[in-house]
Amino acid sequence: MSIEAQTIHRETFVLNLGPQHPATHGVLRIKLTMNGEYVEDADPVIGYGHRMQEKMGENRTYAKFLPNTARMDYVAALFNTHGYVCAVERLAGITVPDRAEYIRVITAELNRIASHLLWVGAFLIDLGGFTPLLYTFDDREQILDLLESITGARLTFCYYRFGGVCNDIDEQFISGTRAFIARLHSRMPMYHALITQNIIFRKRCEGIGPIPAETCRKYGGSGPVLRGSGVSYDVRKNEPYSIYPRLDFNIPVYQECDCTARYKVRMDEMVESMRIIEQSLDQLPAGPVMAEKVPKLLKPPKGDCYFNVESARGVFGVRLVSDGTDKAYRLKLRSPCFSNLSLFRDCSRGMLMADALALLGSLDLVIPDIDR
Amino acid sequence: MTLSELKTQLASLAEPGALISETDHAKRGTDLDVTVSAGKVVAAAELLDTARYTLEAITGVDWIAEKQIELVYDYTLWESGVRVAVRSRISRENPAIPTISAIFPGANWHERETRDFFGVDFTGHPDMSPLLLPEDATFHPLRKDFGA
Repeated sequence: MSIEAQTIHRETFVLNLGPQHPATHGVLRIKLTMNGEYVEDADPVIGYGHRMQEKMGENRTYAKFLPNTARMDYVAALFNTHGYVCAVERLAGITVPDRAEYIRVITAELNRIASHLLWVGAFLIDLGGFTPLLYTFDDREQILDLLESITGARLTFCYYRFGGVCNDIDEQFISGTRAFIARLHSRMPMYHALITQNIIFRKRCEGIGPIPAETCRKYGGSGPVLRGSGVSYDVRKNEPYSIYPRLDFNIPVYQECDCTARYKVRMDEMVESMRIIEQSLDQLPAGPVMAEKVPKLLKPPKGDCYFNVESARGVFGVRLVSDGTDKAYRLKLRSPCFSNLSLFRDCSRGMLMADALALLGSLDLVIPDIDR
Repeated sequence: MTLSELKTQLASLAEPGALISETDHAKRGTDLDVTVSAGKVVAAAELLDTARYTLEAITGVDWIAEKQIELVYDYTLWESGVRVAVRSRISRENPAIPTISAIFPGANWHERETRDFFGVDFTGHPDMSPLLLPEDATFHPLRKDFGA
């Protein structure tokens, strides 16, 4: 090899991906050091959408912070609200009526399906396939209509309250949800024919972007990313909350650790969520949807606690410190996307640029959830 | 490693007479709550790493009246859902604590975020540049004397 050829081989250049780029799904910037088409280093730069949500959680009352929780992970907003209200309820010792717990689970699982449907469409766009998005958004729209009819919002829900939910579900919602589940069941074979068996999709995903289980543990990776790496960890099973122990459902796990595994986990999770919703609708008890005697101005006793929920993207955790006043002394929001993105630098090293984008897409990032 | 074995080993790291308590998971969300000195957070992280725990979050708390900053490291074990909170309190004037990012690389970002919000210096950290705040930020918004 000539001297020139050797030096050309070693030359690297810096490529700026984002902060405005279709593949970053929001204002995420990645400083890439490229060796030709290969990624030598990928340094995510975050914080463009940072709003200091944790400070806002400290300088207003518990109830006034509630709407903020829907404005972090806006694709699956109910989970963040769920984590927050559960942490406050744990500290304040509020018991939620059974019917409200069932309604929370039904709406949260609908939100999970909506989130996964959006992810499938967006992920396929990252890979260069436009068509699936048109189908997944069609289905997702049905869920948004259902949720809007009882929560009043399509994305930024403020539906869960300390002690229950603010509005009971009605017959129309129940029959609409059952009709939607029947519809989505009938559409699943179409999705598998359109995407799962598509040769271009398979070639872009199979064996691409491996994330070892040990890397997930070291970085705190969770959700479908972790379950696509062969670890059966789901907060709903391993640290159960709400009424999940009463329901019969499986945790999809795939061993391949690649983009296909993460895709399959999410596809299977939609089916499991439908099972959860059907069972919850069957078991739905009568009764109030709000606990009695929850004070308007909540003052949890002094102390701290931690609460985890399984969001559509992984573990959403809340650590809450109360000094006995009407405002939180400290509110820590542990975002699943934050930890899932932090392992990208490690895992993308040496990958082809196009494959690294497939890996990035398979992490299912919502940037405002990272920036908070 | 069982919880009681872990408790014994963590107790050897804690200060004499320090708090190490088994907490009610249903009420607190944690099973074990340990307070260690700043110098021992790395040893605690090594111990929990050996026991196959994962780091979930690092939470700073500004106890302005006591002139202290508290750091809470939340660890969890996937198999059992057991959670261990390791706490340490450092001076508010000159807050510094060793980094655990060599053991849990995921702590890298959590520590940078804590530096942004509280001004805590994680000694030995490979890159303490601002993560969520602008690169020229000189303020620490979660300190209680930061008005907003």
